[in-house]
Amino acid sequence: MSEEAGLSRRHFLTVATTVTGAVGLGFAAAPFVASFRPSARARALGAPVEVDISKLEPGAMVRVNWRGQPVWVLRRTEGMLEVLEQQRVALADPESRRSDQPDDTRNPLRSIRPEILVMVGICTHLGCAPIERFDVSPADLGPDWRGGFYCPCHGSRFDLSGRVFANQPAPTNLPIPPHRFLTDTLVLIGEGTGASA
Amino acid sequence: MSSTSGENTGGGLIGWIDARFPLTKLMKEHITEYYAPRNFNFWYVFGVLALVVLVIQLVTGIFLTMYYQPSAEEAFASVEFIMRDVEWGWLIRYMHSTGASFFFIVVYLHMFRGMMYGSYKPPRELLWIIGMLIYVVLMAEAFLGYVLPWGQMSYWGAQVIISLFGAVPGIGDALVEWIRGDYFISGATLNRFFALHVIAVPLALLLLVVLHIMALHEVGSLGPDGIEIKERKDASGKPLDGIAFHPYYTSKDLVAIIVFLIAFSAVVFFAPQFGGLFLKPANFEPANMLKTPDYIPPVWYFTPYYAMLRAVPSKGLGALLMLLAIVALFLLPWLDRCRVRSIRYRGWEFKVALGVFVVSFIALGWLGLQPATEAIYIYAARFFTALYFAFFIFMPLYTARERTRPVPERLT
Amino acid sequence: MMVRGKLLNFRVLPVVLITLLVLAHGRPALSAGYGPMEPVSIDVSNTAALQRGARNFVNYCMGCHSAEFMRFNRLAEGLQLTEVQVMENLAFTAERPHDTMQIAMRMSDAERWFGQPPPDLSLIARVRGTTWLYNFLRSYYPDESRPTGMNNLNLTGTSMPHVLWELQGEQRPVFETRGVGGVEREVFVGFEQVSPGLLTPEEYDAFVRDIVTFLSFVGEPIQLERQRLGVIVIAFLLVFGLFAWLLQQEIWKDVK
Repeated sequence: MSEEAGLSRRHFLTVATTVTGAVGLGFAAAPFVASFRPSARARALGAPVEVDISKLEPGAMVRVNWRGQPVWVLRRTEGMLEVLEQQRVALADPESRRSDQPDDTRNPLRSIRPEILVMVGICTHLGCAPIERFDVSPADLGPDWRGGFYCPCHGSRFDLSGRVFANQPAPTNLPIPPHRFLTDTLVLIGEGTGASA
Repeated sequence: MSSTSGENTGGGLIGWIDARFPLTKLMKEHITEYYAPRNFNFWYVFGVLALVVLVIQLVTGIFLTMYYQPSAEEAFASVEFIMRDVEWGWLIRYMHSTGASFFFIVVYLHMFRGMMYGSYKPPRELLWIIGMLIYVVLMAEAFLGYVLPWGQMSYWGAQVIISLFGAVPGIGDALVEWIRGDYFISGATLNRFFALHVIAVPLALLLLVVLHIMALHEVGSLGPDGIEIKERKDASGKPLDGIAFHPYYTSKDLVAIIVFLIAFSAVVFFAPQFGGLFLKPANFEPANMLKTPDYIPPVWYFTPYYAMLRAVPSKGLGALLMLLAIVALFLLPWLDRCRVRSIRYRGWEFKVALGVFVVSFIALGWLGLQPATEAIYIYAARFFTALYFAFFIFMPLYTARERTRPVPERLT
Repeated sequence: MMVRGKLLNFRVLPVVLITLLVLAHGRPALSAGYGPMEPVSIDVSNTAALQRGARNFVNYCMGCHSAEFMRFNRLAEGLQLTEVQVMENLAFTAERPHDTMQIAMRMSDAERWFGQPPPDLSLIARVRGTTWLYNFLRSYYPDESRPTGMNNLNLTGTSMPHVLWELQGEQRPVFETRGVGGVEREVFVGFEQVSPGLLTPEEYDAFVRDIVTFLSFVGEPIQLERQRLGVIVIAFLLVFGLFAWLLQQEIWKDVK
């Protein structure tokens, strides 16, 4: 074998060994990386939550814990739904184009059934929990306030669909979790109907 | 990685670093221009393999720590949690448990290599002693780790080993209580064992390994002929019989590492319990302080010493004998009076003695796994314990009068 | 010497390790008692046996024994059933697929009834071994001196009643006096069927084997995947090893 052939053979083998070794190292690292993902127990604890809304009065709201996040279930009154339409122009993202929600709630009311709002109660600004303020024109929020959610940390304001008003610190509307109706009075939070879940 | 010329290459990132940190210098000293005898055989791969196992144990250990709960109430369940609920947790745990046993396989073979080729002889006494310290620290690490799953074997193994400290005259009982941190083996014991196992002992181990390699690279590798290659150099100062660690031994070690990994994988994937030798059946039962398992042999790597302990009908004497069995290994450089290093050129006396030593060590290891019910096992253990110590006690005598063969000047 | 070293190097070592592996595999696990210990082959990849074993376990064992580390959704995966099928047919008290196989019996009640709480069976196959479990469930015989009226040759004085009595019927151990090493001893020679059960002896053995197969799966649900993955890993290492070995041979041409 000539000197040159020997060198190229050596070069080939060096590359082959290095590449195989790198691939092996990658595969060996994968289980370690994957072990950081939520365990079966965490997944069990983060499983979908059922909420019974049969006793939820119009205008009332319940909080449930899903994956360590407060999820609100609000049954809106006819009056509340009317207000939502009127305030449209003052919103930052009225069509929820930039916001986070399943496809079947990408509508002005941000809900599957008009009156039932299911929403994650975490401000999209810096993660505080907004407060529900369904009173109209209170002293602290001014005469224009027609009911909605107010974040105490940095003053972001949201309407009764969780849509943020324009010129607020929060960039997007409050997120809607995947959810679906198991029966007329039973909501499953954490599992949606379609691919968006 | 091609070797660069000169200490200060000046250019690029490497040059920038070299002006501030001896990167190229270290690379040369320890890898590209570290010269080792060109005739290393099979026995010389175990040092590198020990490093590989160390890395496996450190990495898998770190990941296990993320899910393990060091409390008496939760420890057992958290190990099963890792085995079942954590993604790939079973693999990480099996790698760690298998790694523990492979560590000892590799270290025992590495030590045997040292004895065969006289790697402990001047000027390598300190290298040998640091290595022995690694062995002792490793035993401590393995014992502490074995307690953590908090199964029946963990609990009762800890009970037995900690009780050994009761044999220390005068302060024994107080010492045992101090180690446990309670009046029995409890969550307090488990918690401190966890701290020692994941932080204190690994740090000591790492430090000792660095010292071991530093000492080795100071005196140089010896090789199976027991000849100092540094004594014969060419004009440029390169040992005539030496070859650079890289690429020669890096390429050779890589092959050895892969062969090792195949064996390692075979156990991890096809026999992680290894028939009860690596993971004991009784340790799949949660610790129960009211019920001792039918019999509690230690893990295989401790059984030679355990057999010695059992062979002596006195707690204090048995414990002392175990201690001496390990101390004797430390003294090897001074017990061996023969000037020839390698077994290749030594007389029959040493060859026979070393064979007897190996046979008795393995026999004791096997006896330590057997139940203590048969009298014959006890007598056999006494016999092999005597042989084990005879190897050391008579060493100054039989090595002094050994008829050796002439050692060649150059490697064969 | 070089040649000898090389021979040892890469040819002998794997052979030694494989021999060790084979030896290690066959070693029986912890055992107690002196009853019959017939070998049994347990095949966890037999899904039908697993499914039958799961049904038997739920119907006959889970009244008293939990498998607290076993989740129903993992069970569904192993039995190749849907979560819905598992929840409808195998889960009686559990509500959600990720619940584990817990039981409703209170520990204090259990202790009053049996003297000690029935152990959780998640890991029993790893503690006792499948051979022991198989033989244990086949070694009950009537013993008036026991509170349950039953004793077991493989776990003398067990507080577990013979739950499968109806299926197995009644059997009696037969002993023979034999000289063993100059001493006369009672030696167990086999069981004698006294009254038939709902199953024939062959059917009963198969029934027990299914339970044990299921317990083996519960002891280590990952075991089949572990072995499957092992083949891939070792195959990869062999290819990697070939490249590394050729490279080493190439580099070492300089030395000769």
